[in-house]
Formats: sequence, C-alpha cells, structure tokens
Amino acid sequence: MSLLLPLFAIMLIPFAAAGLGLIHAGLGRSRSAAHALLATLCVLAVTAIVFILVGFAWTGYNGGRSYSAITAGVAWNWIGAGPYMIGGAGFDDASAPVAIRLCFHIFAVGLAGVIAIGAGADRWRLGAICISTAIFAGILYPLFAHWVWGGGWLAQLGVTFGLGSGMIDAGGSAVVQSTGGLTALAIACLLGPRRGKYGADGMATAIPGHNIVLVLFGCILALVGWTGLNSAGVMIFYAASSGRIVLVVIDTLLAASAAALAALAVTRFRFGKPDATLTANGWVAGLVASSAGCAFLAPSAAIFIGLIAGGVVPYAVELFELKLFVDDPGGSISVHAGAGLWGTLAAGLFAAVAPGMRGPQILAQLVGVSTLLGFVLPVAYGANWLLHKIGSQRVDRDGDYQGMDIRELGAGAYPEFVVHSDEFVPR
Amino acid sequence: MKLAGCLLLLSGWMIVLVALVLLPGLAARAAFIGAGIAVEILGLALIARGQVNQEKQAQALTQSIRGMSGGFGGFR
Repeated sequence: MSLLLPLFAIMLIPFAAAGLGLIHAGLGRSRSAAHALLATLCVLAVTAIVFILVGFAWTGYNGGRSYSAITAGVAWNWIGAGPYMIGGAGFDDASAPVAIRLCFHIFAVGLAGVIAIGAGADRWRLGAICISTAIFAGILYPLFAHWVWGGGWLAQLGVTFGLGSGMIDAGGSAVVQSTGGLTALAIACLLGPRRGKYGADGMATAIPGHNIVLVLFGCILALVGWTGLNSAGVMIFYAASSGRIVLVVIDTLLAASAAALAALAVTRFRFGKPDATLTANGWVAGLVASSAGCAFLAPSAAIFIGLIAGGVVPYAVELFELKLFVDDPGGSISVHAGAGLWGTLAAGLFAAVAPGMRGPQILAQLVGVSTLLGFVLPVAYGANWLLHKIGSQRVDRDGDYQGMDIRELGAGAYPEFVVHSDEFVPR
Repeated sequence: MKLAGCLLLLSGWMIVLVALVLLPGLAARAAFIGAGIAVEILGLALIARGQVNQEKQAQALTQSIRGMSGGFGGFR
C-alpha cells in the first residue's frame, strides 16, 4: 500500500485534538477558556518534542530492537531499544515504514496527552500540565504503546500463550484513550474539586460549561480526527487493505451516532429534556469505544458497542461527580477511560476471529484491560503524586476565583463582555 | 487507603501475569485472570473510598474554619 493514504489519515488526527480542546474549553468556565486551549497547544508541542527525544526509542516498532525478559522460557518483550532522538532513522523510501510509525505516534501521543486537560480544567497550572505531559509522553505512553503496537508482550500473547491474535487495539481505545483517561483520573483525584463545587453539606453545585456551541462543534471535529486515527492505526499496525478502511470509517461513525443517541435518550428519560453536554460526551465515548475493533467489527456490532458506551456515560459522569467527589469538568474519565476500557473488551467480544478463538481473544483483551488498571493507573497516579509533592500542580486559591486566564495568562478569553459578579463578592 | 488501593491494583495485575505463565489450560487461566481483575476492582473500590473520605474531611475542615471565623469566607 502506498504511504500517502496512511499519511493523509495521520494528518487528520489533529482535528481530534482540536475537537477535544474545544470540548474542554466549552465545558469549563469562561474565565479559563483561553487557558484550556493554550494548554492543548502546549501539550501537543511538549508531546511531539519529548516523543522525538526519548519516546520513540522506547516505543519501537515490530521487528525493531527491543529488550526482552525471559521468564519460565517465555520472552517478555517489554521495551524498545532504539536510539534516542531518532538517531539513525532514515526518511528515504526504505525507511518509510518506520518513519510513518513515528509520525503516527507523534500525533497519537499528543491526542492522548490532551485528554487529561478536561479533568484538570479550571485549576491545573500550565507549567504542571507541561511537566506531567512530558512524563506521560516520555515514559507511560511509550511503554504501553510498545506492548501493543511495537511487537511487545501484549501483542505477542497469541504467539507466546495461544491467546487469539494477541491484544487487538486498531485505533487506540487502550493505547491512546485509556492511558489518557486513566491519567485524567489520577489528575482529578490529586487536584481535588474546583472551589465551590461541593458545598459544606457535600452537595455538588452545578458549574455549567460556558459555551455549548464550542462543545458541539468540537464533536464534529473529533469525528473527522477519529476517522483519521482509526484508519491510520489499522493501516499501519494491521496492514489493512483500502477496502477495509471504508469499514473503519463506517464503524467509527455508527458507534458515535449510536452512542450520542443513547446518551440523548438516557438524559431525556432521566431529566425530561436532552442534555447537550452529556450527549456530546456520549458522542465522544462512541468514538473512543469504536477505536479498538473498528476494522474487525460488523456495523451492527459497532452500533451495539456505541449504544452501551453512550448509555453508560451519563451514569458514569454522575457517579464520579456526585458519589465519588471527583470533579471532572470535561467528563474525560468517563468518556476516555470508561469507554476506552469497554472498547478494548468489546473488540474481543465482537471482532471477527478464527473459529474457536473467541475465548482466547477475550482473555487477551482482558489481560490488556488488567494491564491498564494494574500498571498504567498506579504509575500515572504515582508519577503525578510525586510531581504534586515537589510543587503543587493546582493553582492557588485566588486563581481559582479569578480564573486561569487572568491568573496564568494575564488576560481573559472574552475581555469585552464578561463580568464575573462573584469576583466582587466578599469571601 | 489510596496507597493500599494502588497496591491491590498492582497485585491483581501480577495475578494475571502469573496465571499466564504458570497455568497451561484455558479454563484455569480464565479463572485466574478473572480473579486478578476482581482484585483490581477491589483496589479501585478502595481508592474510591479513600477519595470520598478525603473530600469529606476537607469539607468538614472548611466548615469548621468557617464556623470559627464567624461566617462564609471569613478565613481569607
């Protein structure tokens, strides 16, 4: 296959990052809107540079140099061993298959890094975002991406332990979405809720998103980006034919559509009217859940996966906000971690596999889910806890009230018409 | 409590890895992988419990400070 098609698909991925950036900005307060989008830009910049410096060396690629640990006669390929700063990488025709992987990862890790901004909106300092993201792009993402997409031990589960085709994750439900979503969970827990989110009696106060138009437009942009992300992943890591890409695009759209309608129906049923923000969350949850198995699913399966993802998201958002006191303005945890884990498992449940391989394939996907919960989450939490101890990742009390725009950037996103009356309330 | 939860997450993952290496049969592996994930869910529940307790303590502290200083926001 020509490399032009994967390259074109890769170039669509920034639309997904832009979509998430708009969603996070719109779901946050107006006084932090510019900060949210600047943070998105900074995350894309930091991830690109850090990934080039060290990330790709550890991510590696199938057939590339790597380190393996031998246990009970089984080789556990656990980390790439390429040169740092992509030393020795060529960009001629012979090296193009490696270069296209590098290109894909740079954009994918950027998208994964953007996810946590939604959970830390309105209170996560810009400097802390950059440092935390550097750790994510330099250590966490490369390790897990190597395991799944770089010929690592999760990809080899089929060969080493007879578990189907090994862990399947065509578009990154696990590698991109779940790693980002679980990091978002760690960030939200460490930062604590926004001031005023919970009253003295423990009741949650609604802090509505300031611009739903941005949120909904972000959803459309995200669809464009996701078709690129899923298509590129399938072409690069699973050598799919051009015809298969059409199925990827259709499955991606169907999952998102079903999820949005499910979220809309659930909120309509529960609250009497459809909730635009939760429907937007449902749409993105469908995109997230579609990623893992998008190339191997029948359209009806994609619809079912989307229905579950979108139907569960409103309840998950409510669980985190009302029961667990986890303030996640962008819904990143429910959407990316929750739907990502579901999508990873659903790929095992519904993807086309060889006869008799359904059980082993489900087990392979469960091992992947277990690795996300048992390795990625503790490491993300531990690394960010350490950062938080060294220097608070959270803005100070005044910044909470002023908003991140004034506090960190010195100017608001809407200087001409926004007046926050509560800024002048004695406190 | 959160630390214990994180340790349970790691423990569950270790159970899954050990099951892959030591158990040859699909059924036995499935059972132990399920057990490992169950341990991880316990870990998540413990982390959630720790999070709820921590936030409730923070709210109680805020309330008591407000009470001492004679009204909303008097501590500032």
